[in-house]
Formats: sequence, structure tokens, C-alpha cells
Amino acid sequence: MWHASHQLDHYDCVILPGGFSYGDHLRAGAIARFAPVMGSIERYAADGGLVIGICNGFQILCEAGLLPGALLRNDCLQFRCGWVNLRVENAHTAFSNAAQPGQVLRMPIAHGDGRFYADDATLARLEANGQVVLRYCDAAGRTTAASNPNGSLNNIAGIVNAAGNVFGMMPHPERCCEEVLGGTDGRLIFESIIATIRSRQVAPAPAGR
Amino acid sequence: MTESTLNRTTVPVLPADPTASDLDEIALSLGEYAQILARLGRRPSEVELGMFGAMWSEHCGYKNSKPLLKLFPTTGPRVLQGPGENAGAVDVGNGLAVVMKMESHNHPSAVEPVEGAATGVGGIIRDIFTMGARPIAVLDSLRFGPIDRPRNRFLFEGVVNGIQRYGNCIGVPTVGGEVYFADSYSGNPLVNVMAVGVIESRKLIRSIAQGVGNTIMLVGADTGRDGIHGCSGLASRELSDENEEQRPTVQVGNPFLEKLLIEACLELSETDHIVAMQDLGAAGITSSLVEVASKGSVGVEIDIDRVSRRESGMTPYEVMLSESQERMLIVVRRGREDAVKAIFDRWGLHSDIVGRVTADGRVRVLDAGQVVADAPAEVWADPPVYRRQGIRPAYLDRVQAYNTDNLKPVLTPGDSLLKLLAFPDIASKHSVYRQYDYSVQTNTIIGPGDGDAAVLRLKGTNKAIAVATDCNGRYCYLDPRLGAQIAIAESARNVVCAGGEPIAVTDCLNYGNPEKLEIYYQLEEGVRGMADACRALGVPVISGNVSLYNETNGEAIYPTPTVGMLGLLEDLGHARGMAWRQGDVVALLGNNAEQSLGGTAYLEAVHGVVAGRPPALDLDVERAVQATCLEGIRQGVIRAAHDCADGGLAVTLAECAIKGGVGLAVGRAEIDACAGELPARAERWLFNEAQSRIVVSLSEDDLPKLAEIARAHGVSLTMLGAAGGERLIIGDWLDLPISELARSWQGGLSSGGHDD
Repeated sequence: MWHASHQLDHYDCVILPGGFSYGDHLRAGAIARFAPVMGSIERYAADGGLVIGICNGFQILCEAGLLPGALLRNDCLQFRCGWVNLRVENAHTAFSNAAQPGQVLRMPIAHGDGRFYADDATLARLEANGQVVLRYCDAAGRTTAASNPNGSLNNIAGIVNAAGNVFGMMPHPERCCEEVLGGTDGRLIFESIIATIRSRQVAPAPAGR
Repeated sequence: MTESTLNRTTVPVLPADPTASDLDEIALSLGEYAQILARLGRRPSEVELGMFGAMWSEHCGYKNSKPLLKLFPTTGPRVLQGPGENAGAVDVGNGLAVVMKMESHNHPSAVEPVEGAATGVGGIIRDIFTMGARPIAVLDSLRFGPIDRPRNRFLFEGVVNGIQRYGNCIGVPTVGGEVYFADSYSGNPLVNVMAVGVIESRKLIRSIAQGVGNTIMLVGADTGRDGIHGCSGLASRELSDENEEQRPTVQVGNPFLEKLLIEACLELSETDHIVAMQDLGAAGITSSLVEVASKGSVGVEIDIDRVSRRESGMTPYEVMLSESQERMLIVVRRGREDAVKAIFDRWGLHSDIVGRVTADGRVRVLDAGQVVADAPAEVWADPPVYRRQGIRPAYLDRVQAYNTDNLKPVLTPGDSLLKLLAFPDIASKHSVYRQYDYSVQTNTIIGPGDGDAAVLRLKGTNKAIAVATDCNGRYCYLDPRLGAQIAIAESARNVVCAGGEPIAVTDCLNYGNPEKLEIYYQLEEGVRGMADACRALGVPVISGNVSLYNETNGEAIYPTPTVGMLGLLEDLGHARGMAWRQGDVVALLGNNAEQSLGGTAYLEAVHGVVAGRPPALDLDVERAVQATCLEGIRQGVIRAAHDCADGGLAVTLAECAIKGGVGLAVGRAEIDACAGELPARAERWLFNEAQSRIVVSLSEDDLPKLAEIARAHGVSLTMLGAAGGERLIIGDWLDLPISELARSWQGGLSSGGHDD
């Protein structure tokens, strides 16, 4: 779909990919949030449509208020590219149902502004509602400070909204769907989405207006 | 003739000849000015003179290097485009071409490291998509003064910041490169950026203007006052303490705009609306206009009043010489202007119709109808060429006479190894490349730090490419010709270790002021050395760049002919890293008989001496070792490979051990087996930098197969041991835990503490 479009056709899921929209000018996601297409995405999400934001897409969703919290500059103040381990905190979402609870996934990151931040009340609500889907951890699944690449609060790497249909994550599942790229754990995210779409096909997904 | 018509057709020549110091502002000599007068048959206009300064600069005109560059082999069955275009291109089968080029952005980075490096990345990426190719990788070859000095660290961190800012934002992975440090680069860092792209061969776009009456359009960013005299004033002169004043000559980049420009130009390349495309780099509109005209043997006429500008009040001179980034000149078929404009509109980019192709072979520039420049394109396109007779620099005898035979060890072998691993040239560059997005575009099979070359798959095929940059400036300083040969040999070896067959070279020749005959000697010897090695290894040079006048306050850099090597993997399953696996056997291809420590990293890092003769290179042996390694990989025998380079065999073994997290014990018998006829002595055996050696690991079951391959190529193969345990043990010389090796290696670049 084109950024300047006001119209969303029928989609099963909308993916906001990574990629420095508008050059991250002003603040990551801050300008893209006002792209004409975002209005339809907001309505699509309000109607229960599946939306996933990856990296810059996550930043845009936070800027747009579709997800709570914000993504601040990494605590090291530098861009970070590499592989991280992620613990699946909630395997019952539309975006993680193909994984096992507590499963440790390996995925690449590549971002300069990935430090998840929310005020205490929001954070507590996210934790209490099981909205934290992925957390940075070490290979053994421990959420240590050393395994947190950007200083995210509570090692948060991915969250879902209260309704469960909008998901944002900083790591890049699309970069690890093939063995040749070093791993296939990213497939679990997309397989989860496909499973969700299939299960929904009894009732058609909402169309944007 | 009325006065008004006269004004429209007559070039407003200068009222008087410029002085020598006026000419120096634009890096022209009085002799060159005399040639300008002769060629024009009149005085130039102000705009024309500025255009001469730019086009006759070394950066654009190669006036010192052109005859030498003819020494390179530039043809071969795979070559689709050799030097002379925006980038070179080679056929990799499947109807695909790989396009590549390397370029320097040294002086801008010395003056303003962040923007200098960033626009270096932007400029070279533009060269790739100007050919119609999608950029898929960037590599950076960097040189700085010692990082314990704050100014050097400032430049180093600024350059890395500029690269990450532009490269990450534009979505092209930065997959490799190198970083070296030496005194000679203090004040004159080298920032050489290589970019690689892929295109369907039949869609390659050239920069040859054709078709009288076709339209010239300028697209992308608006034109501002940045970068004026970038190529003449900055790139083609030595630096001095007054360079702070030159900051306005550095351009400012906008990677997001370039990202849009990539997509728009690639969309355009899918159409048949255009006949030529030329990016605006050094010398801006001037050089792109002159180049498309002279290559097409046609004339061009533009009216710069139609050029969109960032600010008002710009003079024609400024518009013609601005180096504002993210701009492109395209030659559009007549009648297709609206279709082209629609593509750029869709991407939110300006597109201005600025002129047309003419039949008279002249480059004519008007400003709102008033002629400001008008002369045949060749006048600018063919600068005077200087053939000089180089003089062998006196220092060479002195440094080469240095004998390492009686060198007394100052540290234990173990401590020497730790010191070498922490030596900034050798230390892990993780703290650098973790700031670069190297996995975007999902092609990266072997990323930075994991192998001797980066490996990227070619989507839609089962093939991959391996890319590496290399140059040991210390070797080139100590022996300009041999050092350049080694740069080619080693970069080819790197590509081979990663599983690729070397197929093409791009380069960046960084030298001092060629008007000094000793420097010219270095340049000539360097080119000859590269040409020797390219011929021996069968790899053509398909593109490149020359950066001269790399001097600060009269002191030249090490001669640094940076090589970018492209390798092809027919099967992406051949990609290899360097990490050992538990239980694999480790063996050495090539022998370890070198007895000199001349020119080595050991000599510099441990003894503080830069002298001696660099290691000898036998190109026949080199070719055989590479062929053995490649065949071993292709037959599935070799599982990991790492060449012996800076720091010698000990450093190579340590790096493989660190990467794999598994140790090795080399026994006395193995030490002797590859030491040649003379008795093995610790420092020599461990740290000599003999060429044509590769450490490989493989399953023990496959050892006979590898032995057979090696025998067929006449290459010696020595078992060193089986990978296992957590220590690196070499005879009774050294015994260190991998964790300690890793700590030194990972901490070498940090300003304090350790890199995570």
C-alpha cells in the first residue's frame, strides 16, 4: 500500500516494516505517523484488523498511539546491529501462538531508538495484562541487563495492545526466516499470524474504510 | 546585430587574466591557464574558468594518473563495463550483472568527519544506481592516525558515525571493510567506500548522451551552496592547518532523499524513457554535463535559471560548481518528459527540464538566456596529462636495510600475541560494525567479522558474491610495488577463504602529492604492482578512483592502494566463515618458512619499528594456494578458512579459536613440519607474515581428500592439530585460555575498558 493513500483495500494483516521512514527526521516514526495512510490503518485496527509493526513500524505504532509507551534512543546512544535472544512471554497472542511459552528465540536487531519506555502505571498494566509478548534475554532465557541491547524497561522487546490485534517488536523476524540467513525463528511470528488469519476466516477480517 | 542579441550569444570573458593566487584557489597552475587560453582562443568567462578548475582537478581529470591507469588489465569474459563509467559491471550468469565501484572521501572527512563520510557513502551508492543497479552492499576501508590521540579518535568516531547514519538510513547493508591506524594518517584520514549493486545485465544504463533534441533533466535534491570547490579546492590539494576554513566545501547529505532517488531512478530504469543517466558528484553539474556530452560526442545546452535552488541569490558560478548531494542528470527521450516527471513526482522529488542535447559538440551554459559558458566538450573533458619520471625515494634504502635477524624478544611469545591481538589494526572491529546495519535486505550470509570476506546471496539464484577490501599501507610504504601486489593477492585470498572465485577488482589509489617525484614513484610502482598481481590472478580492474595530495603540512600518507575484490560463489552453500568447530582438524595450506619479520605487525606492535622488507610474494604459489582452498571448499571438504595476514599464523589461529570458542594444541612436530629447513624459532614461526597461507579446518575423514587436492596443485599442507579444549597451545612457546585471547582482541579499539 502506498503511504499517500487514504484507502485501505481488503487485507488480512497490515505490516509496518522497518526502515527509517522520513529519515527518522524529528524523531523515529514521528512524521510517518501523519502519513495519509495511517488514518485508515487506525480505523482498520479499531475494527479488529491485525497490525504488526517491526522496528521502525513499532516506533510508528507508538507515535500513532496504537500501542502504549515510546521507543527512546538506545541507552548506549549508538545504533546496534546484531543477534539477540528473546523469551516468549505470552504465546497466546495472534502474533505468537506458534511459539511455546518461555521459548527462547534468536533474532537480529538493527536500531538506534529501541529503548522501550512507559510510565509506571502503563508498564504495570502491560505486565498485568500479559501484553508483554517478547523480552530480551540470554541464551538460557534469563532477562539480564547484559542481554538487554538498548536499555528497554523490563527488557521489553515486543508488546501487543489490550485488544490483542496490534503488535510491535523491535527485532526483525523477517530477517531470520531462512537457515542461510542464520536462523528461522522469525517464521514463528509469521506462522502465528497465518494461523490467526486462518482461524478468523470463519468471519472475514474487517476492511478499512 | 543589436546589443541584446550580442549579449545573448557572447561569452562574458574575464576582463583580465587571473593571477597565480587566483588560480591556486581552484587548483590550476599558470601553465594550465596558458593552455586554457590556447584551447579557447580567448580568455575564459568566470564560469568557464571555474569549470576548468573542477574538470582539470586530479579528482575529476586524473591528469597525473591517467597514463598509469592504462597499465591495469581491464577486460575479461565477464566484464560488461570497465573503467570510465559511473561504476564497473561484470556478468555473474543468470542474466545478472554485479556493479561495483570504490571511491575516496578523504579530505571532506578530514575537515568534517560525519558529513564527509556520510556523503562518501551517498556518493558511491549513487554511482551504483546511476547504472540502474540496486545497491546491495557497502564496505568501508578506513585509515586514521593512532587513536590514542584525541583528534584521531574524534575523526574515527565521526567517520563511523557518518557511515552508520547514512548507510543505515538508506537501507543498504554495510557488510565489511577494514580499519587501520598509523601516524602517517594523522590529519589525513582515508575514507574509502565501496558499493556493490545487482542488475539484470540487459538493463545497464550508461552515461552517454545521445539523440539531438533529447531533453536534459536535473532530478532529486535542489542545488545549494554546499561543496563548491570540493574537488578542486579540497580533494586535489594538500591539507594544512587552515582546513577549518574549508568546512563549507564539504557537502551535507540527506539519506532519506537519496533513498527516494534510488527508488525513483530504479523505477525509471524499468522504462525506456531515458537514454543516459549521470549522477552529480564531484564538480556537480559541470562534470556530469561535460561527461555525458563528451562520451556521446554530442553537444549540450542548459539554462541554469531552470535549476531548482535551495537559496536565492546563487551566481551561475555557484550553481555550476555546487556539489549538493542527491542529484542526478538524465537525458530523456523527447516527448517523454511528462512521464519522467510523473515518476519523480510520485516519489516527492523535483525534476527540472534544464536543457537539451545539441549537434554541435559544445557545452553551452546559459543563465536566463545569457550565455555564461560555451566551448567544445573536449576542452574540459581532456585535461592536460602529466607523465613524470618518478624518483625512488631515499627512505626506501634506509628502511629496507633493516634486518630482523638479530631481533631480541622483548616479551614472552604469549604476551606478544596478546599485545598483537589488542593492536588496533588487528583488534576486533565489533565496536565499529555493530553500529552498521549489515543484515538489512536479507542477503547477508556471512557478515562482518565472521569470515575473511562478506558473503551476500543473489536473490532469485542459488549464487552468492563475496566481497572484501584490503591494503596493508605499511607494506606499501616499505615497498610500494610489493605492497600493492600483496593488496591484490590478499584481497583475492580473502574472497577465496569465504568460498568465492575472484572475478573483478575496484580500487582506490590513495597517495600523496604526485608533483613530488618520490610520490609519483610510489604511485607508479603501486599501479604496476597491482597490475602484476591482477594479471597473475586473472582478475580485471573494472572501476576505481584516484585520491592524490593526501598530505598534511607536507607529510604524505603511506601509499595506500585500497583494493575492493569481488568473488562469485556458484553455489551459496560454499560460503565459509573462519570459526572452528569442536573436533575438526586444523591444517595450514602453504608453508611457514619465512624467516624475516620485516614489515610485520609484530615488529610495529611489540618493537615499535616500521622497517624491513615486507614478506615476499610468489604469485604462482599464491594462485595455487587459492585454487586449492577454493576446490577444497567446493568439494565440501573445507569447513572454515582464514588467511594468515597481519600478526601472522599465531593471530590467525587465535582469531579462529575466538570465533569458534574452541582451542587448539599445536605440537612440536607440527611446528617443525611447516617451518621449512631452518629450525623453528618462536617469534618468527608465530608472527612472520609470509604470504600465500590459509588456515583451514575440516573433518578428519576429509583430510586425505584435501591432501590430494593440495598435491595436485603443488601446495604444501600441514596438519596443526584437532580443534578442542579451551586453550590455544603452541609447543612450549605459549599456552593461553581463549577467554584471555578474546579479552585482548575485543578490547583493542576501546578508549578504556573493554568492548562489551
